[in-house]
Amino acid sequence: MRSFAELVATLGTTTKTNEKLDALVRYFSVADDRDKVWVIAIFSGRRPRRAVNTTQLATYCVEVTRLPFWMFDECWHTVGDLGETIALLLPENETAQAERPEDERPLYYYIEQLKKIEKEEESVRKQFILESWAEMNRSERFVFNKLITGSFRIGVSQKLMVNALAKATGAEASVIAHRISGNWDPTTISFDELTGEEAHATDISKPYPFYLAYALEDAPASLGLPEEWQVEWKWDGIRGLIIKRQGELFVWSRGEELMTEKFPEYHSLQYILPDGIALDGEIISLPAGPSPALPGGEGAGKNPGGSNSEILNNGVSNSPSTGGGRGEAFRKPLPFSALQTRIGRKNVTKKQLQEAPAGFIVYDLLEYEGADWRTRPLQERRAKLEALLSQWEHPALILSPIVTFTEWEELAALREQSREMASEGFMLKRKSSTYQVGRKRGDWWKWKIDPLTIDAVMIYAQKGAGRRSGLYTDYTFAVRDGDKLVPFTKAYSGLTDKEFAQVDAFVKRNSIEKFGPVRTVKPELVFEIAFEGIAASSRHKSGVALRFPRMLRWRQDKKVEEINTLEDLKQLLEVYGK
Amino acid sequence: MSLIEFTDRGLYCRRGDFYIDPWRPVDKAILTHGHSDHARWGSKAYLCQTDTKPILEVRLGPGIYQTAGYGEHTFINGVQVSFHPAGHIIGSAQVRVEYGGEVWVVSGDYKVENDGLSGQFESVKCHSFVSECTFGLPVYQWKPQAQIFADIQHWVLKNKAAGKSSILFAYSLGKAQRLLPCLTEVTDRILVHGAVYNVHMALANAGIALPEVHRVTPDTPKEWLKGAVVIAPSSAEGTPWMKRFSPYVVGVCSGWMNIRGAMRRRNADAGFPLSDHADWPGLLSAIKSTEAECVYVTHGFTAAFGRYLNEIGIHSKEVKTEYGDDEAAEKSTELADTIA
Repeated sequence: MRSFAELVATLGTTTKTNEKLDALVRYFSVADDRDKVWVIAIFSGRRPRRAVNTTQLATYCVEVTRLPFWMFDECWHTVGDLGETIALLLPENETAQAERPEDERPLYYYIEQLKKIEKEEESVRKQFILESWAEMNRSERFVFNKLITGSFRIGVSQKLMVNALAKATGAEASVIAHRISGNWDPTTISFDELTGEEAHATDISKPYPFYLAYALEDAPASLGLPEEWQVEWKWDGIRGLIIKRQGELFVWSRGEELMTEKFPEYHSLQYILPDGIALDGEIISLPAGPSPALPGGEGAGKNPGGSNSEILNNGVSNSPSTGGGRGEAFRKPLPFSALQTRIGRKNVTKKQLQEAPAGFIVYDLLEYEGADWRTRPLQERRAKLEALLSQWEHPALILSPIVTFTEWEELAALREQSREMASEGFMLKRKSSTYQVGRKRGDWWKWKIDPLTIDAVMIYAQKGAGRRSGLYTDYTFAVRDGDKLVPFTKAYSGLTDKEFAQVDAFVKRNSIEKFGPVRTVKPELVFEIAFEGIAASSRHKSGVALRFPRMLRWRQDKKVEEINTLEDLKQLLEVYGK
Repeated sequence: MSLIEFTDRGLYCRRGDFYIDPWRPVDKAILTHGHSDHARWGSKAYLCQTDTKPILEVRLGPGIYQTAGYGEHTFINGVQVSFHPAGHIIGSAQVRVEYGGEVWVVSGDYKVENDGLSGQFESVKCHSFVSECTFGLPVYQWKPQAQIFADIQHWVLKNKAAGKSSILFAYSLGKAQRLLPCLTEVTDRILVHGAVYNVHMALANAGIALPEVHRVTPDTPKEWLKGAVVIAPSSAEGTPWMKRFSPYVVGVCSGWMNIRGAMRRRNADAGFPLSDHADWPGLLSAIKSTEAECVYVTHGFTAAFGRYLNEIGIHSKEVKTEYGDDEAAEKSTELADTIA
């Protein structure tokens, strides 16, 4: 555990990629093989399951330190990290530091124990935690706690780890990248199996890395002739990849997470899609209507037609799998908030399946009949995709409509309709482009619409986490409703470090009351809040929920009397939120 | 009438008609120490501990500075005033005020560990104790100075071996001097920023024995700048002044560095939780040893710390003051003339 704790400490403090790389290479060159597999797993988001929850950890810590619970909370809010808070509060263990290099336990020991006690009674789990704390020093306790709470965010990108592994093992980085992506279980796989020569004969789920676009900064006319470009709406969902190989279906998300189980609506695709296919697209929520096809369930493979679904574009009746050009029917996705409720959940509820079934807007064809199509021009991939989709009838599959236009000015005018389409703007793709890896300039651009904005006053503040620990950086904003202020959103981002420091100082001087970690603040500072979407919400006092709210700018020129009203918000909801 | 009142100008003793660490100009100010948030410009006359005077002269300019040594009694309008070591920085003092059998102690800033330079914090019995609580949460528990010094030395040597300069950010008054004995063990030459140099020379000229330092100027020999060991105020961060030491790494010396998030926010290469303030156990032991009937907590985590004191049976009240946070940053105005 010592060497892993040191690795985490180094990675957490250094700001230089080269030093991080060196630290990882050093670690991968000397650590125990079983530990190495776990480090790869942990840093690529494959964590052991939680053996105890955060409340239990906090309770144990309070018992050991004899501090009041409220004080523990106070510390937690200041530090911003539970695992670190506990490590700082536990009494320093002098003997743990000095005297046991020989019986130091490896990382995998603790992980295996944590897995073992998962099903034991709480008393057993508690005993293990307390004993482990007792034999560790502060930095070991920190990583141990992080293993339990399961959130290692220490600035190690997949790319960095891949490069370190390549350096330590002598293999090609691209080979390593391919090997550690996809589906493997750290409890059963050995380091050699994972990275060695004979590794990776058959991982049929293996995804392709997404091609991502930069934002278009110049006018689109700078791109040249309109006819060289394919334009699609930019949808606000989760970028996803649907793969079917050897009869099995896999759904990957942008975060390289296998999410097949989370979307039962897609499962019947395995009866429709041919083997050896990979589709790039957007996971979105659709309005209630055509019931999602479940394997063996009612309505499999059929399209009952959209009685309740909203119909756009000339009111042509709903036909989800054939929407090709302009003027054809297209089921408008629901706001992102509908999808959001599903992401965090382990199991999808029946209600969610009925009210907001998932759809998949297909953008691209990456693999067909087992062959990699990514180097073929977009035009060819698109033609094939259209042909294929016209054969498949499935309520979840929707072909990404192409926006037809002849002049760039015309496109600019169409872009103004993005919000009515529940879209964020356009994707501009060169028709001759190959499907590249990662974020690249040149062939693909996103041309997003400007965000919606509203002026609001800060009324609550709370301390941030991570690099903002101890600073008031998380704010709640309100609009006016008569002479009342109604809170409607939180925002954490958009200010410079300097501005955050100024606002932090304001909060500290102007707090009125304290509710736990939250300070109510004199309503004085006005901010322009930008957001991408708005939806009705019964969970919020204001009746609205915003999509991706952030502080666009601090309006030091505005007084609290000049902020927007609840009526203004409701108007935005009426126009953009339905 | 309370012997000390909390007013919008600062802590006021009506009986003696003087203020302690006022934040507005007054007729008579008694100062706990020379940091700018406690020693403010503009008062007609000051009373301070002997070693604080040279600091005030360099920072506030010429003025009326009356001094007293630790333990010496001064009477102001019949009120007895004395200074007692606070262990915070050179010349730092707790101010003990006594009249008619009632005793108040205003701690200013303090730490209980003896850093070898600022004197050993003295526990003074009193009825009312005014305490700082900059680090008044139990997550702030310092390692002994010797251990942190060893970490700093290890870091400096590692940088040297890699051919890099080590730039340590430390408050120019207090922390900068405290680092010197640590650094003389690993380098023959310590370079300092002008802000550090000014304070250093003021103290040295007043007869305080300090290891030698070299001010960085445009004439500093090029070969001194490679693999150098440098002390600078944190406001030098990101200024062109730093470039001359390339390649360099930056280490921040502050109690806030005890928390990873604070360290990451600073974007420093290393953080050393070396503080001139008492940590959680230090605050509690200092307060308990005063046996005060009431403890007024001023700047820091006042709400949480005050509540905790009350819960463990020590009567405590929160007081709003305008004292700042010397562990976070120095005011750039103080340094404007020295950044070159």
